[in-house]
Amino acid sequence: MASRSSPPKAGQAAQSTSTPASWSPGFQPPARRTPDPLTRGLGWASAGLGVPMLVAPRWFNRFIGVGEAPRHQATTAFAGVRELAAAAGLLGSENPVWLWSRVAGDLVDLGLLGWSLANHDKQGWQRTAAATAAVVGITGLDLYAAVTRSQRKSEMDLTAAVTVSTSPREAYGQWRQLESLPQFMAHLDEVRSTGNGTTHWRASAPFGRSVEWDAEIVEDVAGERIAWRSVGDPDIPNEGEVRFRPAPGGRGTEIHVTMRYWVPGGKLGETVARYFGEDPHQQLDDDLRRFKQIVETGEVVRSDGAPWGKRARREFPQHPARPLSPNELEEVRS
Amino acid sequence: MRANCWMGRNSVAVQDVPDPSILNRRDAIVKITSTAICGSDLHLVDGYVPTMQKGDVMGHEFMGEVVEVGDGVDSGKLQVGDRVVVPFPIACGACAACQAELYSCCENTNPNAGLAEKMFGHPTAGIFGYSHLTGGFAGGQSEYARVPFADVGPLKIESDLADDQVLFLSDILPTGYMGAEMCDIDPGDVVAVWGAGPVGQFAMDSARLLGADTIIAIDKEPYRLEMAAQAGYTPLNFEDVDVRSALLELTGGRGPDKCIDAVGMEATHGSLPVYAYDRAKQATRAESERPYALRQAIMSCRSGGTVSVIGVYGGFADKFPSGSWMNRSITLKTGQCHVQRYMKPLLQHIEQGDLDPTRIITHTLPLEQAPHGYDIFKHKQDNCEKVVLKPAANGGGA
Repeated sequence: MASRSSPPKAGQAAQSTSTPASWSPGFQPPARRTPDPLTRGLGWASAGLGVPMLVAPRWFNRFIGVGEAPRHQATTAFAGVRELAAAAGLLGSENPVWLWSRVAGDLVDLGLLGWSLANHDKQGWQRTAAATAAVVGITGLDLYAAVTRSQRKSEMDLTAAVTVSTSPREAYGQWRQLESLPQFMAHLDEVRSTGNGTTHWRASAPFGRSVEWDAEIVEDVAGERIAWRSVGDPDIPNEGEVRFRPAPGGRGTEIHVTMRYWVPGGKLGETVARYFGEDPHQQLDDDLRRFKQIVETGEVVRSDGAPWGKRARREFPQHPARPLSPNELEEVRS
Repeated sequence: MRANCWMGRNSVAVQDVPDPSILNRRDAIVKITSTAICGSDLHLVDGYVPTMQKGDVMGHEFMGEVVEVGDGVDSGKLQVGDRVVVPFPIACGACAACQAELYSCCENTNPNAGLAEKMFGHPTAGIFGYSHLTGGFAGGQSEYARVPFADVGPLKIESDLADDQVLFLSDILPTGYMGAEMCDIDPGDVVAVWGAGPVGQFAMDSARLLGADTIIAIDKEPYRLEMAAQAGYTPLNFEDVDVRSALLELTGGRGPDKCIDAVGMEATHGSLPVYAYDRAKQATRAESERPYALRQAIMSCRSGGTVSVIGVYGGFADKFPSGSWMNRSITLKTGQCHVQRYMKPLLQHIEQGDLDPTRIITHTLPLEQAPHGYDIFKHKQDNCEKVVLKPAANGGGA
């Protein structure tokens, strides 16, 4: 039911978002994706090194003064493949995970060169030493790029939609009680009204961390639209919008949600979170499914396998499909 | 309480598990008086349905007495002491699918909808004892069961009909009936039914009720064909004859007007090389089905006819005869049964004596002997057609 679409195009976003650049003092959302010269430079450097390593490993090895036996050449060719993979990654997505892969590759290369220096036949020792020095320099640059690019906040857009069988006004009314959002939004622990259209939010972040922020409602059209955004200087600046519109042919109400986060660690954080099973797109889909359950049936549906309601997705493999023991039951009800 | 649990591939065991409790406000707890083993339970035991977990309570065909209700249950519809048959799909009654009487596609009752969506594109309803893909709900091969949305699905039995006469309203009788109903049977129609197991037998009974002229039963087990023959249907053993030629012979060269696949993903085939091909692909997970019945039904059906699929499929089939289907104007209809839609009218047919569901019961065992029941049902031993389990026969219990 909940469906996911690709993030809104620039034009649509401008239409549906109220002037994100002038939000609040102390926070300027970064401009939309301009290529990062350092990341791209390292990408091209990877490509420039990878091609000769793969195509002419014998020549390359002679150039840096190391062995030319088949196994030496094979090692170089393998490293060439790795460089080309890093180049493709860096030039394609600019995800810092590729910068970290370069750091790891550098450490491997330093190990190999160090071993080579220690066991050198002294023919072209200077060239090997120079190559080692160059790799030390590149490692420093890669590490700098990886650390700084991982700390940048990058924008994460999530969109999802669901259709519920009530009227737009009823669905709006349910959502407008922001305090009850934690009933169905998996990562939200608490939303507390602090008066005058402002709220305090507390959410659990990946790896057991917790984040808090204040938010204000920036638009509120009964039965149609609610938009909110964080204020001040929160760890994770964010904004959200939910639109309610009648589904065609009297089929209830379409609910379209857009959430936008500026996440530290950006792409890297998202990649890592996804690896540990916390796909934010999936979470928003599941959040909307639970909202639908509450609107249409009054509460979040539980099973023996997923008795925790909104925490269901985090527990897989699940509790077996058999009744809970008294202890488990107590835990679920607490 | 005691419950029959999935313990791994080809392994079930009756174990002590906690008694169920109310988890949602519209739950009821039912003390089970009769429950049954379904052909689709065998797909779980054979390991062809993903997301089963060790310890899952099996069973989705059950009935009994309401012993507890949540505070959200509409007391005008259900009360403690009511005798009920529980439909296998769990349905909320409020979503668009339920409003359209597509109960097995309920949009709200599967807490693992995200998982099902990955497998099927869109999620389906929760089902009792039928893997975590359908919600992870404990099943009814046990002494008690928790029934969500208890004021929507369960059918109250207010007459003195015996359990055996109404138990199959939970699944296989409506499933067989829907198979026949989807055929839109016209007077004079010849209906061929692949599979003379419990669902196939009920599909034949329903086809006759809906006005079919001739009904052909296709299977390989002589005792199942004999059961169909005794009820007045034409038996056809696919190990002895070529099915397509035999059907042409029986229909004056036209082919059956309507075909029902009551077999599903674990079919067998008369030709060993063909069987070996799909068996190997299924064993290596290169396809999830052995779709012989479906292929044969499409190829055999007359041009412009209807193929109705009620046998269970789980994933992806190879060699789907799309050419025959498209070029010959075959209509393909299918669905997990929307049981809630059929329970009341079929109860009426039972009360009037139009249908006798008890005719297929060959074994009645205490719940403790569930593993033996699975064994004889799976291996078609002792002329096993349908096993009914009685928790009360355990002697004592919870």
